Amino acid sequence: MTHSPTTASENHRPIGWFEPHRIILIVIAITLVTAAAVFMRWDWLPDYYTLAVAGLWTSIWILIVTCVFGFVLALPLGLAQVTGPNWLSLPAKAFCTVIRGTPLLLQIWLLYYGVGSLFPQYPWVRESAFWPLVRQAWPYAVLALTLSFAGYVGEVMRGAFAGVPRGQLEAARAFGMSRWKVFRRVWLPQAIQTALPTLSGDTVLQLKSTPLVATITVVDLYAVALRVRQDTFVIYEPLLLLALTYMVLTGLLVWIFNRLEARIPVRVG
Amino acid sequence: MTATIKAIPRQTVANIAAEAIHVEHLHKKFGALHVLKGVSLSARDGDVVAIIGGSGSGKSTLLRCINCLENPTSGIIRVNGEEIRLKHDGNGSTEPRDRKQIERIRSRLGMVFQSFNLWSHMTLIENVIEVPVHVLGVKREAAVAEAEKLLARVGLLEKRDVYPAFLSGGQQQRGAIARALAVQPRVMLFDEPTSALDPELVGEVLGVIGGLAREGRTMILVTHEMKFAREVATHVVFLHEGRLEEQGSPDAIFGSPKSERLQQFIRRVT
Repeated sequence: MTHSPTTASENHRPIGWFEPHRIILIVIAITLVTAAAVFMRWDWLPDYYTLAVAGLWTSIWILIVTCVFGFVLALPLGLAQVTGPNWLSLPAKAFCTVIRGTPLLLQIWLLYYGVGSLFPQYPWVRESAFWPLVRQAWPYAVLALTLSFAGYVGEVMRGAFAGVPRGQLEAARAFGMSRWKVFRRVWLPQAIQTALPTLSGDTVLQLKSTPLVATITVVDLYAVALRVRQDTFVIYEPLLLLALTYMVLTGLLVWIFNRLEARIPVRVG
Repeated sequence: MTATIKAIPRQTVANIAAEAIHVEHLHKKFGALHVLKGVSLSARDGDVVAIIGGSGSGKSTLLRCINCLENPTSGIIRVNGEEIRLKHDGNGSTEPRDRKQIERIRSRLGMVFQSFNLWSHMTLIENVIEVPVHVLGVKREAAVAEAEKLLARVGLLEKRDVYPAFLSGGQQQRGAIARALAVQPRVMLFDEPTSALDPELVGEVLGVIGGLAREGRTMILVTHEMKFAREVATHVVFLHEGRLEEQGSPDAIFGSPKSERLQQFIRRVT
């Protein structure tokens, strides 16, 4: 029996990374990057470097803050729908439906141009300690993105909470755990494990939602690309760099979530 | 918390073979379904009470009422002489009046379920130390040392870092027994511990339970394994349609059953 080419390459696993198709892909990538560097305009880059880094940082902290707060808010939203009395579960359900049923851009604009424009009319708001906060754009951006993430993840967590086997919660109760301890030690960890792949996807989507904050004057990474275009009339290069940056960030997020998922025991049979 | 736990053994020493479980006139309704119709049951320290009966006779419900996993509709339940304080919940049933009391009582009842119910996000040893560490306040190192002893005892020490999903049914159930033993239970409650197992795995679990019975542990055992019940039980209770039809020593129940229903039942299952 002769070895087919595929089994041969399987046998020579140590070479690993440098298989033929990978080498070709690497060559193509290097060619593309070189071509982009040589034939396209990048002379604007040094001028906007500082602004771009600040924009990148804004995008990242908005992503982290809204995901963390959104998730914390999603827990009661999901829990209320699974186990709460009607007066809790119905509002939670309604909230998730409204948030998921309307465009995020609309939510951001309603908060910023709607609620945000009401505040200055009241002198007591202008005199309050919150005034420096509510006259800026980023609080509305963070609030809108947080509520949006909470709406989507609330629905995910509802399914995840409902999916934890009843018997395991019962066992926790039977051994004298308080309600809070049952939740913290058994219900929540298992729900998060179930939801983790979906949470990973939702976090990536959240990253790609952050450019919407540029529409209400928050200077994130996308806003910087817009600025470059306005100032220099260079269009494609900033957008290409923008796409690359978001891809790298997405790759990073997916990698982090994969690391977390790898720690979950895989169920068999 | 610790003071009350310490107080219980002293009481037992003073009164040898004290009543571990006492159930009186227990009723349980699920809506219109009257599952338990005034059952009374008592187990002294060291007793192994086997509850037998046909499907739907209420034997699991009776067991689950003892630690209030099901709230009885009415009746009295005493565990180690302490009556579970119940209050009416407004829907014709009861619920524990004092959450702290029922949690404390539960933490010293080792329950073993039909479907094992090991916590699937924890390894076997984490399952065993969970309640000692997070409910009873035992130091982690001490709990781990104790858990290793218990796992060795049920023959699962080499599986200590394995997740339940990677264990066979018999192994999971033996692990669940180790988890129940880890709380140093005054009474072990077994809810059809072998019913969900493949036939060839039943023996290993019964072997462990039999060992516990022989060392004089107080146990209440709902089971379909009649031969096993006859071997290990000190007292057998036969339930039929929510009523305690007959009770007595294993030899009396299985050797010379009096009531016609018990005779029928034994003919059917043996």
